[in-house]
Amino acid sequence: MSDAASPGCPSGLSPATGGDAAAVDPSPFVRSGDGVERLELVVFGAKCAGCISKIEGALNRLSGMEEARLNLSTGRLTAAWRAGAVDPKMIVSRLSELGYRAAPFDPKASEADHDAEGRRLLRALAVAGFAMANIMLLSISVWSGEGEMGAGTRGLMHLVSALIAIPAALYAGRPFFQSAYRALRNGRANMDVPISLAVLLALGLSTYEFFAGGEALYFDAAVMLLFFLLIGRYLDHRLRWRAREAARDLLALQATTATVMDAGGDARVVATRDVRPGDLIALAPGDRAPVDGIIEEGDSLVDASLVTGESAPARLRAGDVARAGVLNQTARLTLRATATADTSLLADLTRLIEAGEQSKSRYVRLADKAAALYVPVVHSLAAATFLGWLIIGEAGLRVSMMNAIAVLIITCPCALGLAAPAVQVVATGRLFRAGILVKSGDALERLAEATRFVFDKTGTLTIGRPALRRGGDVGEETLGRAARLARASKHPLSRAIVEAVGAGPLAEDVNETPGGGVEGVVASGVSARLGSAAFVGIGDGGTVDDVSLEAWYAEEGATPVRLRFDDPPRADAEAALGALGDRGLPSELLSGDRPAVAAAMADRLGLTDWRGGIDPAGKTRRIKELSAAGEKVAMVGDGLNDAPSLAGAHVSLSPGGAADATQAAADIVYGGDGLSAIVEAVDVARTAKRRVLQNFAFAAAYNACAVPLAAAGHVTPLIAALAMSGSSIIVTLNALRLAGGGKRPRGENGARMQGAPAEAPA
Amino acid sequence: MNAILFLIPIALGLGLLGLGAFLWSLRAGQYDDPDGAAQRILLDDDLEENGGRPE
Repeated sequence: MSDAASPGCPSGLSPATGGDAAAVDPSPFVRSGDGVERLELVVFGAKCAGCISKIEGALNRLSGMEEARLNLSTGRLTAAWRAGAVDPKMIVSRLSELGYRAAPFDPKASEADHDAEGRRLLRALAVAGFAMANIMLLSISVWSGEGEMGAGTRGLMHLVSALIAIPAALYAGRPFFQSAYRALRNGRANMDVPISLAVLLALGLSTYEFFAGGEALYFDAAVMLLFFLLIGRYLDHRLRWRAREAARDLLALQATTATVMDAGGDARVVATRDVRPGDLIALAPGDRAPVDGIIEEGDSLVDASLVTGESAPARLRAGDVARAGVLNQTARLTLRATATADTSLLADLTRLIEAGEQSKSRYVRLADKAAALYVPVVHSLAAATFLGWLIIGEAGLRVSMMNAIAVLIITCPCALGLAAPAVQVVATGRLFRAGILVKSGDALERLAEATRFVFDKTGTLTIGRPALRRGGDVGEETLGRAARLARASKHPLSRAIVEAVGAGPLAEDVNETPGGGVEGVVASGVSARLGSAAFVGIGDGGTVDDVSLEAWYAEEGATPVRLRFDDPPRADAEAALGALGDRGLPSELLSGDRPAVAAAMADRLGLTDWRGGIDPAGKTRRIKELSAAGEKVAMVGDGLNDAPSLAGAHVSLSPGGAADATQAAADIVYGGDGLSAIVEAVDVARTAKRRVLQNFAFAAAYNACAVPLAAAGHVTPLIAALAMSGSSIIVTLNALRLAGGGKRPRGENGARMQGAPAEAPA
Repeated sequence: MNAILFLIPIALGLGLLGLGAFLWSLRAGQYDDPDGAAQRILLDDDLEENGGRPE
């Protein structure tokens, strides 16, 4: 059918994500009730209307399916079917055929699902907006009718304003009141304390003034203050929510399953967390070992690069120990579990990650630092104004109070409340369009502070799989014939040969010996062997340099030739490291691979600082060492072995192709094949920090002008309204300046990141 | 003067109508999938109902 012709998004906005990995069986994650079974999946790579129609069309054609609906903004697919009518594995494999990778949500993990807090803020924002617009309508009438309007009309206008403002401000102000109350109860003062105080005092005093027949009423100021602050609060919330959603999408990928064989030899799929020690687990090629175990049966090559950073494939046979996370590549293996998911290496890494994240949560954001300075200053200014008028000016309680409140209102926490979130929303939106996902607002602040980069090698600086080294003693013609054998094998080195040579004919009578190589007839009458030195019959094979991998190719009767492989650096690695150097950021290489390999790579990229053969704990130690020396370390890595050090670093980045746990641990996930995204992220982060500081400086300068006016009693409600909206708009415009530039088509690099939709900049 | 007695309630009523409409649409999930809503208009649903292939 037409679906199969072009896998993935038909618009080309996103590459196909399915197909390669073996489909996960989601049956342990199905929820059932009322004769209907439901499954929630996160789908990667869906971008356009074509995707919706492909996915929903295909699933709704399955008989028994009641409803399949894809939420394009969040990438969530909800499927519901009559109990027993649809095999849940069919859904995932169907999606994979269509070119979309899908992972089930663990219902246990996705309980608190809907964005209740965001809706609450939006409702408050709507109420504040309504109240502000209507009160402003009345206030402007009063201001422009100054001197002409009769007292009766003005009284009516004020009455209506009060009737709107009091309930609206009490409702819309709740997020601030609650937060201020919590802070005060804990003996702290946050930004919400002066905000709540200003709103409540302005409401209270205006009500009093209304009954006393006064003219200067601040009802409009109170709701306007709330309206602007709620915009900032909502933007900030969206940013955090999006980050949390992206993290949850990544976590969904870890809600994996295992195929457990019971005594009768029947296979049964269970969630990884339900695997018990002693269970027999079947690992097909393409599967990852879910828990630590011992190989019971089989002989296969595994890729342990995500676990150890070692780039060469390892061979596992009966009796060998397999660590959780190794990827089976060539043949079927049977694994006897020796640990549960909670006690496996993977879980140890997760715990290290959590420990690192806790240390990060102590980071104080710029906005909080500003608030800590602002709150006491504003309160003492207001108090000084009050006392000054009361004692020195002998102006009486009412006028003194009025002027003190004018100070509280005019110091305008609006600009301060918008200064940081507006910039961060614009900056992360711009990076998102460039294929870089920033998972929290303070990640940008931390990236801007970084003083040193630490890189992992395999998969980060390099492409992460062996590539054939061209030239040397092997001719193109010989290589072409070797490729005929290689096409018949799943061995990573064979794949590297095929990748170098391209598509072509297959050898005949192919026979593969596990741990040896492949033999077959490559041309009429010429049989040949491709494999290890021993397999082609030359014993040890003589000298091999320690750095590269090798395979031998021998045609019958001819001298065997050596094919050499290495893991080449990414095309722009050297340029990116140079660019970071230009920005005053030295780089260092930390690799779990053998020291000789690490040294060769460091040499090739011109890095003087490198360490090889380091285990995950060693990496974390090195990061701690650097931090103790006063460095703010930005760690870039892709392997599971990097995850703890990513979490322990000041700020962390990982490529979109990284291990899922690693992406979950990183602050920033970048797409694409190159490292230039890192340089762009650094640039945007530094610009964003400058903008935030500019905004703070502007707010400070504005206050320096406005406070004396207010304290002197020259501020009227009209001036307060103009000053407040003016400063908020200037701060927002300054943030929007960041949006220009870097506008590549959305989703170009975002294959793994679509879980988070692009934020519309403020 | 008398005009104000009509105009203010009318202005407020219209404002409340807008506010109510927004709160309703928020509750009804109109903002749950803005990207999807923008794209779904391009789908040929009627073709599918006729048994045709939307692709």
